[in-house]
Amino acid sequence: MTEFLQHLVNGLSVGTIYALIALGYTMVYGVLKLINFAHGDVYMVGAFAGFYLSHALGIDENPSLAKAGVVFVGSMAICATLGVVIERFAYRPLRHRPRLTALITAIGVSFLLEYGFQLPAVVGAGSGTPFPPGPTPRFFPEPFPRVDYEPLGVHISNYDVVSLLTAIGLMFALQYIVYRTKFGTSMRAVSFDSSVAGLMGINVNRVITWTFALGSALAAAAAVLVAGSRPTINPLMGLFPGIKAFVAAVFGGIGNVPGAMVGGLVLGLAEEYVAGYALSSYRDGIAFALLILVLLFKPTGLFGATRAEKV
Amino acid sequence: MGSLRVGLRSVLPFLVGVPILWLLNGRLPEYLEYGLMVALIDVILAVSLNVVNGFTGQFSLGHAGFMAVGAYTATKITLAMRGVALLGLPAGLSDQVVFLGALVAGMITAAAIGFLVGMPSLRLRGDYLAIVTLGFNEIIRVIIENTPFLGQATGISGLPRRTNLVWVGAGAIATIVMARRLLGSTHGRALLAIREDEVAAEAMGVDTTGYKVRAFVISSAFAGLAGGLLVHLIQLCTPKSFTFIKSIEVVVMVVLGGMGSITGSVIAALGLRGAVEYLREAQQYRMVVYSVLLIVLMLTRPTGIFGTRELWDWLPKFQLPGRRRADEGGHP
Amino acid sequence: MRLSRAVAMAVLALAAVGCQEKKEAPKEAAAPAPAPVSDKILIGHVASMTGNEATFGASTDNGIKLAIEEQNKKGGVKGKQIALKTLDDQGKPEEAAVAATRLITQDKVNIILGEVASSRSLAIAPIADANQVPMISPTSTNPRVTKDGDKTRPYVFRVCFIDPFQGTVMAKFANSKKITKVAILRDVGNDYSVGLADYFAKGFQGLNGQIVSDQSYKAGDQDFKAQLTAIKGKKPEAIYVPGYYTDVALIARQARELGIKVPLMGGDGWDSSKLYEIAKGALDGSYFSNHYTDEDPSPVIQEFVAKYKAAYGAVPDALATLGYDAAKVAFDAMERAKDLTGPSIRDALEQTKGFQGVSGIITIDADHNAVKSAVVLGIEKNKAKYAATVNP
Repeated sequence: MTEFLQHLVNGLSVGTIYALIALGYTMVYGVLKLINFAHGDVYMVGAFAGFYLSHALGIDENPSLAKAGVVFVGSMAICATLGVVIERFAYRPLRHRPRLTALITAIGVSFLLEYGFQLPAVVGAGSGTPFPPGPTPRFFPEPFPRVDYEPLGVHISNYDVVSLLTAIGLMFALQYIVYRTKFGTSMRAVSFDSSVAGLMGINVNRVITWTFALGSALAAAAAVLVAGSRPTINPLMGLFPGIKAFVAAVFGGIGNVPGAMVGGLVLGLAEEYVAGYALSSYRDGIAFALLILVLLFKPTGLFGATRAEKV
Repeated sequence: MGSLRVGLRSVLPFLVGVPILWLLNGRLPEYLEYGLMVALIDVILAVSLNVVNGFTGQFSLGHAGFMAVGAYTATKITLAMRGVALLGLPAGLSDQVVFLGALVAGMITAAAIGFLVGMPSLRLRGDYLAIVTLGFNEIIRVIIENTPFLGQATGISGLPRRTNLVWVGAGAIATIVMARRLLGSTHGRALLAIREDEVAAEAMGVDTTGYKVRAFVISSAFAGLAGGLLVHLIQLCTPKSFTFIKSIEVVVMVVLGGMGSITGSVIAALGLRGAVEYLREAQQYRMVVYSVLLIVLMLTRPTGIFGTRELWDWLPKFQLPGRRRADEGGHP
Repeated sequence: MRLSRAVAMAVLALAAVGCQEKKEAPKEAAAPAPAPVSDKILIGHVASMTGNEATFGASTDNGIKLAIEEQNKKGGVKGKQIALKTLDDQGKPEEAAVAATRLITQDKVNIILGEVASSRSLAIAPIADANQVPMISPTSTNPRVTKDGDKTRPYVFRVCFIDPFQGTVMAKFANSKKITKVAILRDVGNDYSVGLADYFAKGFQGLNGQIVSDQSYKAGDQDFKAQLTAIKGKKPEAIYVPGYYTDVALIARQARELGIKVPLMGGDGWDSSKLYEIAKGALDGSYFSNHYTDEDPSPVIQEFVAKYKAAYGAVPDALATLGYDAAKVAFDAMERAKDLTGPSIRDALEQTKGFQGVSGIITIDADHNAVKSAVVLGIEKNKAKYAATVNP
């Protein structure tokens, strides 16, 4: 029983991370109908942004909750900016082109971030914080001291609790934004039909920019939460979480915000239980097997609405 | 009479190409020859992917997975037949025949897997196909890593070096001829129609799913060919040669050359291989240059270098008197 | 339109230049394995300088560069200065093959060093053999790298342990500590890890030990709790984690977080200062097999560590050490060889006996593998301490 509960805790911990990243994918897909391949790498940049900020604030000597907060918000801001820049220069010019073109560009941006961060250092070579950081994994300083609890024999730390609560908090905040604010309504309008939304007086460009900013900020949040408790970061760390989060988003119904959250959690739990009870060596395959099953039986995903295709 | 002409058109490239390859085989500097063989394998991959991505307008991201299927099948056959002489043929000839058989078996298995993957997924819209094919590529890798029979992560080593310039060149010619013939046929017309407007094609009576699956199967078969040729060149069959990064690289070749242009795929594959060799010493910068190139190209010329044009559009049209080319349609 | 045409022209030009590079090759003489009569010795290094194993390729390269620099200061080999050419293989076996072909046939290197991974070394080995150029792998541990079936490959050597040896080292060590139940956590995508795990299991079970659980992860994963929770449930007395330090440190932390208190065991892939930086005490009480301990006062080791720190600002890891030793073994053989042709160097390499390397006293056996002792290091207070020596 303890094992089962432990897996539950682990799975939720991993699942919330997938959910946060998946939200970015799903929102961008909703408004632009684009699979933003670079999203996983924005997550990676978030981790590194947190890394540089932590060192700038001297967290490894004096960890404190306040500093941790600054790192968290700071990296979200940095990634939001990055997301906006990518959209403005790489995707916006291609908005009226076939979707495939933007997709290829997204792949290009993804490679650029991954390999750009692996370049030899330009600034601060030889110090602990060179930029670009290069391929060697870096140690992410602990934002606040770790405390372990053991309710019912299940091992959980304050990191897990904070991470879970923050992630859930962010998801609720996003739900509120998407369904209860004017911005959210414009976002949903644009994702339904962007040209008509434009005719209705919605500034489509602004909505899309803010969507990217939001999605990227969430990815950064996920990254800092992950890096805090699993403290190695490297330029390729976004590759697989990115793909899996995308699978989660599709699983939940791409373009659907609650779907992405549920998808992420389900994927995290599924991976955890299958890896824990059955074949851990097939762990990566689980995500895709799940995806294929869903797409075979319900192609629009769990919560996706079947849209009639208008001719 | 017509089919003879068509048959001749298909066979002629081989009749011209194979002797040239035969003469060049082993006479070129080793590095050039090796690089050329790898480049020609890339050509096979790019042109075969173009059938799905370019002609049919679908987006498959799992080409390397089919490569793997063909590669492992061919490997197993070659290794099983090692030291076995066929029907009293002299050893050298027997080896070549076994190799041919292994390659063909690889193509058939790859085609079969292509069918299994294509059937359910081609009902899905474009972006979904990309992710499903990517997923399939990964699933294949995971299965290989977990199966001792397939050599797991270390792979299967000790393959004989059967691939040479003649084999790879013939394979490339075969792929190009296949694509050209397909493009000029009614099948090809159907695929182009599906690319242009799938709903309209369906409305005109084209069995879109059927044609899409067929294109997928053909494309997978040739990817399997490329896989078989590759492993018999490097004499090693490991999952590291068939990652989804490889799939993405093939997609880049197709996009760069122009989706729908066979010439484009050929030139892009050769050119990118040249660029990799040229920039090999710049190491870390190569991938960054690559990705910037990709972005700039998409922003400025997304149809790729050749768009949908072909080299032979510029060649004088060889026409035997009184006979119209099949793809000029019926008008005078 | 003009811009796009310009871009298209640029790409075509790049492609043309790329093709040009290949056309230049015919101008060089295409004689098979000629004796290089230049005044320099050229070492070729095939490594992953990009891709997800880039950090290992870079480390190995650093070790080699240091060895070359040192040797050049001493006057080189046979009075000739040594130059290095490193080519990237992007982590792919086919690129390793192309890179090796280029180094051997176009750049005419005297010797090839590489690769880190057995799968890529296997791609290079046939090329080295066919062209009669010796090849030394610093860290490929799969027995098949030097042996093709039952035959030893004539031109392929290595300076590291092979999996059968290193796997059994820890099996014997665990047995000596009266441990009977071990769980294994292996990197399923890495042939080094899989090889070590398999041989450990065989060795341990041969000593009447029990493998209670065999779990897998993939390099780069950040969350191992699923596997660790499953392992915890089987109550092992130790966990064998034969992976690279990049993952092991995280695994150790997460194991402790889950309340797993038993020691971890591993191989030389653990050897790096980053291991301790990240684990921060989570590995106390654990053991791993390695080539040397930096507590060893031997001047060879201490000098190397000091020089490496001075040159690269970091303590060397196992890959850098083995890269260094591979280069030094190469120089030693070239000095002893009667000339600098491939076959002569090969003969000299085969006669390497008692060579004092940093990673141990190296003797090349009939299978072209390095025979040397392993040390088992224990970790206390986040530092490695010598625990035992295991002789082959």
